Amino acid sequence: MRFSDNTISNLRIKLDKGEVSSLDLFNTASALAYKYQDDCNLFVSILDKKDEEKSNSVLSGIPYALKDNISTKGILTTASSNILKDYVPVYDATVYKKLKESGAVLVGKTTLDELAMGGSGITAHTGIVRNPWDKTRQIGGSSSGSVGVVSLDIVPFSIGSDTGDSIRKPAAYCGVVGYKPTYGLISRYGLFAFASSLDHVGVIARNVKDISLVTDIIKGHDDKDMTTLEDDGVKFSDYINKDIGNKKLFYIKEICDYNTVDTDESKLVLDNFYDTVNKVKSLGFSVSEVSIDKDLLNAIYPTYMSISCAEATSNNANLVGIHFGNRIGSKSIDEIMFETRTNGFSELIKRRFILGSYILQRENQEKLYLNACRIRRLLVEKLTDLFKEYDGMIMPATGGIAPKFGDKSDNLSDKYLLLENHLALANFGGFPSITIPSGFVNKMPVAINITSGIKTDAMLLNMASKIENSLGYKNMIVGDDDV
Amino acid sequence: MMMYKVVIGLEVHCQLNTKSKNFSSSLNSYNSLVNSNISSVDLAYPGTLPVVNKEAVYKSLKTAIALNCEIPKYLSFDRKNYFYPDLPKGYQITQMHNPIGKNGYLMINVDGVDKKVLIHDTHLEEDTANLNHYSNYSLIDYNRCGIPLLETVTEPCLYSIKEAICFLEALRSLFIYCGISDARSDKGQIRCDVNVSLSKDYNKLGTRVEMKNINTFNNVKEALEYEIKRQTEILNNGGKIIQETRRYDDNLKQSFSMRNKVDAIDYKYFTEPNIPKIKISDELITKIKEEIPMLQFDLVNKYINEYNISRVDATTIVKDRKISDFYQLCINKGGNPIYLANFITGVILSHLNKFNLSIDKIKLEADSLNKLLDMVINNKISNKQAKEVLTKALEEDKDVISLVNSLNISQITNKDEILNVVKEVLDENPNLVKDYHDGKKVFDYIIGQIMKKTKGRANPKLTSIVLKEELDLRA
Repeated sequence: MRFSDNTISNLRIKLDKGEVSSLDLFNTASALAYKYQDDCNLFVSILDKKDEEKSNSVLSGIPYALKDNISTKGILTTASSNILKDYVPVYDATVYKKLKESGAVLVGKTTLDELAMGGSGITAHTGIVRNPWDKTRQIGGSSSGSVGVVSLDIVPFSIGSDTGDSIRKPAAYCGVVGYKPTYGLISRYGLFAFASSLDHVGVIARNVKDISLVTDIIKGHDDKDMTTLEDDGVKFSDYINKDIGNKKLFYIKEICDYNTVDTDESKLVLDNFYDTVNKVKSLGFSVSEVSIDKDLLNAIYPTYMSISCAEATSNNANLVGIHFGNRIGSKSIDEIMFETRTNGFSELIKRRFILGSYILQRENQEKLYLNACRIRRLLVEKLTDLFKEYDGMIMPATGGIAPKFGDKSDNLSDKYLLLENHLALANFGGFPSITIPSGFVNKMPVAINITSGIKTDAMLLNMASKIENSLGYKNMIVGDDDV
Repeated sequence: MMMYKVVIGLEVHCQLNTKSKNFSSSLNSYNSLVNSNISSVDLAYPGTLPVVNKEAVYKSLKTAIALNCEIPKYLSFDRKNYFYPDLPKGYQITQMHNPIGKNGYLMINVDGVDKKVLIHDTHLEEDTANLNHYSNYSLIDYNRCGIPLLETVTEPCLYSIKEAICFLEALRSLFIYCGISDARSDKGQIRCDVNVSLSKDYNKLGTRVEMKNINTFNNVKEALEYEIKRQTEILNNGGKIIQETRRYDDNLKQSFSMRNKVDAIDYKYFTEPNIPKIKISDELITKIKEEIPMLQFDLVNKYINEYNISRVDATTIVKDRKISDFYQLCINKGGNPIYLANFITGVILSHLNKFNLSIDKIKLEADSLNKLLDMVINNKISNKQAKEVLTKALEEDKDVISLVNSLNISQITNKDEILNVVKEVLDENPNLVKDYHDGKKVFDYIIGQIMKKTKGRANPKLTSIVLKEELDLRA
């Protein structure tokens, strides 16, 4: 590993002093993008430079990348799916519009798991994404390319989306910081919907300060997204260095339990977690062990699958090849819709749609969909109660390091795999949640995750920044010998 | 032939006359070039989100309150999922679980008998695109897609075609009185689904048959006539009615089966996650209540009871809110309710109907009409004359009082004016004066001469007095 000094603040100083131009930064980023493209397949599109808008913003002239499920007017946006392989949007997502107005320079659109469904980085229509730390390993997903481009120092930050863990888990596999805010803090207008009640737009960077700087630009109420929050005027980047005193954290005993993991690797991940907890305690935080009903915790994954697949079936019903998209067939309306969807989606997507459709069927809805909604509420109520007593929850971000290709797939498992799936809790409740690198297991990065109560993003970033400074992995990138 | 109890339920879709669509800022307009009132949201391009139209919510609430419905504390929406190209999202945003109004009623009067029609619910949803099928291709116009649609569902509580049509007319009138829709069938702004069942047992409902998307009330009537006849024949022949959805073809005057119960679509309803619950405050409900005008049913009763006009006239007047408002305005300005009713339902309505006009588009001031009727009441002109001159005024787009003056048809009641004519006639006929004083019966003849000169406008009573005085002076 190496460390990069290409933080947003440093680049800002260089740009302002005239030591580099935005074109220099773009050219460097673009060259790196092309350099790693064959090996890692991080981009769906690498772009030519456009004139950036004039702005006094901290991001003016700074290159970045967007996940390819965010609508960019006039720029191919595929969601890494064959059904949208030639789709060029006619409008800008709010997050893209804000970044454009801030003068940030878009370098490319990054590869994702098809339609953001999946956590492996192997289902994009343009091929698999490889983990830059070890190309025999997955990068995770679905924000696969967006974490890769930050870990390779191609850009200082990127935008991703997170429905279950799609930013925070691949960020852990790739040794970068991944953050999803409180639901409604960043507009979803223009984010291709997967599961609307769980979807979040979020940020990937190499340090918490950069996460804050970017979030300050892209957050805010949006008239086009009714679920966005009213503005409160708080500037996260100003807040992160404030002394907010000693904070109280907890972890869930049943999830961080050596008895529930069955591989040496997972045990090493837990070792790293408890080491990290000790470091955090030495900073003055208190960290308590909290117990939650195991049956309830075991329901996290099935609940996530039920709700996300149900919403996804409906959200993607616009992809029929009639009014846009890759139309296949011509005999009749029914044939066009049938053939377009049959050929346009991969097997995994179709499986999730069938699952979602089954869950929503009249005869199954009460048992499967509505019960999932009830369990979601129970879990959210439990965590909301805990956040009254504690400032945040600290957990291992994953149950292992990035898996080797062929290790696992999206097939349903008998195991509940609590350590692998608990990040969805933050999506259930719309809680802000951040993953920060905490070390290595078998030469691969591992991370911790901190989650806090809704609308406490400023405090969460403050805590994360403090912890990040003590762990020693801030601004980490993949080393030359690693690539 | 066996007679059956007919039970009818109606689902009425009404396009709201909002400025923009229900969930996007595209224009809600009927007269636009195809596919010009569209946006990324209407076409469901990936990543777009719905934003609820406040005006549509306001107008729906107004209707729900006017229909005496229970109003929920919070507004929420659901998705109705099905694949069809008239629905770009692949789902319609509607209100399945929590309609904006439920358990309401609307009073109607059928042949002089009051009836309370129970409303199951009224809910806000969005219209679909227009699909036009040709021999080997189809065209889609998305202008209609997303226009706010208010669907009002009755209980199965209408027991004749007459009741059904009477309800539809009362509901349309309510929409117009509340100003929430122009409710014009010819523009597809009001459309019905009709449910009908026949039963031998008066306490039990028969098997329900649904007919979808009927455009005009006359087609509803014909469709019901056809369907009741069809079902009666089946039952009389010992057959069984199948629960099904049928399509009524208004050209062929027949209905055709679309799908039966087994093929019923599962719409997989679930709560729309992109629209947070919206609180409906008591203040808002109070405010809207104050804006709802008196409706048809109550107005008819008011006109009958307070103004002593006939039910037929009252019903005719309230049919069009603008006419009813005009009637009320004239009365408020001191007009005579009975004469007004007579003139409005007669001359004025026939003029409006003849030229397909709206009352606010013609030159007729309440004050002028009142003045004209005063002339009739005070015998200044005859009823017949008044109607003739009013017709002429409307046809020539002139003010009726100016016309009355310019035509010189109003009675001469000015004593000096009459005296001048009297003098003229007597001067021209000195022998008549002599004859009069000689005791000959020429008085009426002289009156006749005066009337001839004034074209009958001289007030007869006054003329006799003036003539007598003048004759006496010339004795």
